[in-house]
Amino acid sequence: MNDDLDPRTEYLLRLGDNALILGHRLSEWCGHGPALEEDIALSNIALDLIGQATLWLGRAGVSEGAGRDAEDLAYKRDVLDWRNCLLVEQPNGDFAVTIVRQFLFDCHHHALLEGLAGSRDAEVAAIAAKALKEVTYHRRHSGEWLIRLGDGTGESHARAQAALDLLWGYSHELLEADAVDEEMAARGIGIEPSGLKPAWDAMVTPVLAEATLRRPDDAWSVRGGRQGIHTEHLGYLLAEMQYLPRAYPDARW
Amino acid sequence: MRGGRAMTRERQAAERRPATGPSALWEVLEAVSDPEIPGLSIRDLGVLRDVEAANGTVTVTITPTYSGCPAMTFIEMSIRDVLLRAGAEAVEVKTVLAPSWTTDWLTEAGRAKLRDLGIAPPEGRAAGKAALFGADPEVPCPRCGSKNTRQLSRFGSTACKALYHCDGCLEPFDYFKCI
Repeated sequence: MNDDLDPRTEYLLRLGDNALILGHRLSEWCGHGPALEEDIALSNIALDLIGQATLWLGRAGVSEGAGRDAEDLAYKRDVLDWRNCLLVEQPNGDFAVTIVRQFLFDCHHHALLEGLAGSRDAEVAAIAAKALKEVTYHRRHSGEWLIRLGDGTGESHARAQAALDLLWGYSHELLEADAVDEEMAARGIGIEPSGLKPAWDAMVTPVLAEATLRRPDDAWSVRGGRQGIHTEHLGYLLAEMQYLPRAYPDARW
Repeated sequence: MRGGRAMTRERQAAERRPATGPSALWEVLEAVSDPEIPGLSIRDLGVLRDVEAANGTVTVTITPTYSGCPAMTFIEMSIRDVLLRAGAEAVEVKTVLAPSWTTDWLTEAGRAKLRDLGIAPPEGRAAGKAALFGADPEVPCPRCGSKNTRQLSRFGSTACKALYHCDGCLEPFDYFKCI
């Protein structure tokens, strides 16, 4: 477990783990996209996220001071040590599920990075400012797709609504603070997630309206990823992602 | 990179001569290009931020175009290779993230080279980028100059490009995205 990590390391791990797990999920679409352009788009977004994860996890390793680099953190941690939110580890499902997952995360990611670009921590600010440019494209892409699916055919609307109903309960975790967030915000390094709610709503609400999708009620929600309590899906993802470096430790090619 | 057999002795000697002055070093680094956009040097792209020589070590500062740019390792290797061949004793390559790379740093020469490669250079300044869901810029076709073009996909063959189609000459082309 990571119980003894200092808050800054923990915070950097969360940022890196979100980016890496979602990047890996999107990379599963490579070669399976519904159209060539979309296959390339999802792979490009995956590449951006995996690049961002490399930056965050690299800093997390330095911050931890135990000699672990980004690769060690990506390939040699077991499921309980991962700090990503539950939303990003959910399976790709159909294209509507992938797009809804992406849109809910992108809206959060964009608001968060905008805040972190003004962090008192120069390393955090630099990575955030860089990533923000990329995520601006991601959010636009997922938002436009959600409108097209929701306001599309009867079939695409039904699938988009089902995807939204399926994933909505995982979005609450993105906007809730715990002790790590509070301490990072107090030190001017991080952002208090609940403060992102107005910005998140301002992005999500108009897109859902234009997509003619019903905002699900908040009756059911689930959380725990940041504390290492994951859904059953993460273990399978890690088994695939970590297979090679674990089967052939320190392999080089 | 120039081949060994065809190279004259004089040229080999010239290549080994230590390049020490800053302008000479920038000149040497003109030979380093982005493997995904061959023809454009890292200086044209604005990836090369600084070059310094002190105490026998040449320190080169670069910045990635995108966080996940897979070309950075190759670019770093090329920088070492080119400088060591030019006579540098030691090379250090530093990667910086701030200020973050912008297409505003593409040089005029770089923009012209992009057009020659059939890639439309970024339109407008990143600093004045349209807001979310804003209109896409009007991108003239790099082949025929027609403005009768449309975007096929915002994500293209590499992270830095979008895919367009020209309805004038009917050719597809890459557009270097403004970030």
